[in-house]
Amino acid sequence: MKKTPLYEKHVACGAKIIDFGGWAMPVQYTSVIDEHKTTRSAAALFDICHMGEIEVCGPQAFDLLQFALTRDLAGQTTGQVKLSALLNDRGGIIDDLTVYKMAEESYWLVTNATTREADLERITALGKAKGFDFRIADISDKTGKLDVQGPAAAAVLAKLTGADLPALRFYHFIRSQVAGIPAVISRSGYTGEDGFEIYADAASTGEIWDALLAAGAPRGLKPAGLGARDTLRLEAGMMLNGQDITQETNPLEVPYGWLVDWKKDFAGKAALAAVRDAGIRRKLVGFEMTGRGIARHGYPVLKAQTPIGSVASGTFSPTLQKAVGLAFVDIRHSEPGTEIAVAIREIRSQARIVPLPFYKRQK
Amino acid sequence: MSKLNPSDRFYSKDHEWVKDTGNGSVVVGITDYAQEMLTDIVFVELPAVGKKVVKGEPLAVVESVKSVSDVYAPVGGEVLDVNTRLEDNPELVNADAFGEGWIAIVKPDNPGELKSLLSADEYDALLQEEKH
Repeated sequence: MKKTPLYEKHVACGAKIIDFGGWAMPVQYTSVIDEHKTTRSAAALFDICHMGEIEVCGPQAFDLLQFALTRDLAGQTTGQVKLSALLNDRGGIIDDLTVYKMAEESYWLVTNATTREADLERITALGKAKGFDFRIADISDKTGKLDVQGPAAAAVLAKLTGADLPALRFYHFIRSQVAGIPAVISRSGYTGEDGFEIYADAASTGEIWDALLAAGAPRGLKPAGLGARDTLRLEAGMMLNGQDITQETNPLEVPYGWLVDWKKDFAGKAALAAVRDAGIRRKLVGFEMTGRGIARHGYPVLKAQTPIGSVASGTFSPTLQKAVGLAFVDIRHSEPGTEIAVAIREIRSQARIVPLPFYKRQK
Repeated sequence: MSKLNPSDRFYSKDHEWVKDTGNGSVVVGITDYAQEMLTDIVFVELPAVGKKVVKGEPLAVVESVKSVSDVYAPVGGEVLDVNTRLEDNPELVNADAFGEGWIAIVKPDNPGELKSLLSADEYDALLQEEKH
């Protein structure tokens, strides 16, 4: 298994390690619920070094990304982050990734851990086919990523950087320093809280990690693992690539229609337009269990004894204190308020489709 | 650190405990080591009273935030009672696995089966192996 630069630190403090897409990652340090609540009430620090970073530069870097990705990047300013989708020729999602405009003719793509090779291959092939003048490089191995998330994240990070954090808007970033180490600080995350994603040289990640833990301790900051990251993102209604989204999923049947700009040309557009015109047949919806039990990935979803779909993500929500999830269901039974059932082992337990997200922070 | 494994009961290799009540039935639960490995138990699916269970087959299901784990019947028999408090307070298993977190009372088909289980000392030794 691949290890992040922080692996030894995780083991030393007693983290439980799991295989996440070929990476040895901490799933929890003490308890998922405790780490989840710490993120909602104070702040938590996550090792996200497994995620990928791809650099795209050159005179036609913009032309390439504008064609490769579904989102219109024309208005993107330097220092702005945009979430977008990379599709295959069938209109299926290869990756949902963020686009960082570092400078004119220079971009970073932040990819999911398990999709970075596929992203690199796809974007390179599209650029070559179009004859664009660009350079592309996978900089994941030399780039470390730490997320500090929670209502106290800004106060903790402010102790370690001269960057003007109050002026940094959501989905924007600045080049600055953290604990004296050059870093890209992005106000974004995957938890539904205020927070930052910090990128720095992989070899310096350990120093930043230690500095954040020390600076954050008086504010209640603790390290948190992928277990809490999963419950936090699910409460916030965010999807997990590889579980909720695969190459067989298109952006219209999951809450990613807003990432598609029909006014421009993009790779996969023809297939996706055909899907749109024919009408989608299934939809990813949020649900909460009203009966007993916890719905898990793969459990069948029923409407009056008839199968209408299956659970994509399901867990116990530490904030709501009930079982919630995301499920693909027949479009005819996808309206919020619809009563459904989930087959949990031998029993059928009642559930209800609800609007997303499950949790929205008070601003 | 796990709590001491009490010497007044038997243990299975799957980390269940079995305590003889002295009147033809046994109380079954999971060990403190098991709850510590699971952490944050958020749901317990109990068997129906009257259900016949076979030794080594699922008796109950214990779920943490991330995982779903079967609790295997350490002895075969009939379920006489279940700990309904766990329906609303599954965290009792974390707090007191050997006491208030008990799962079911079973009337063994063959009380002699208890002898095939581990003593507290033998279970201690098993845990030492698992931890290394």
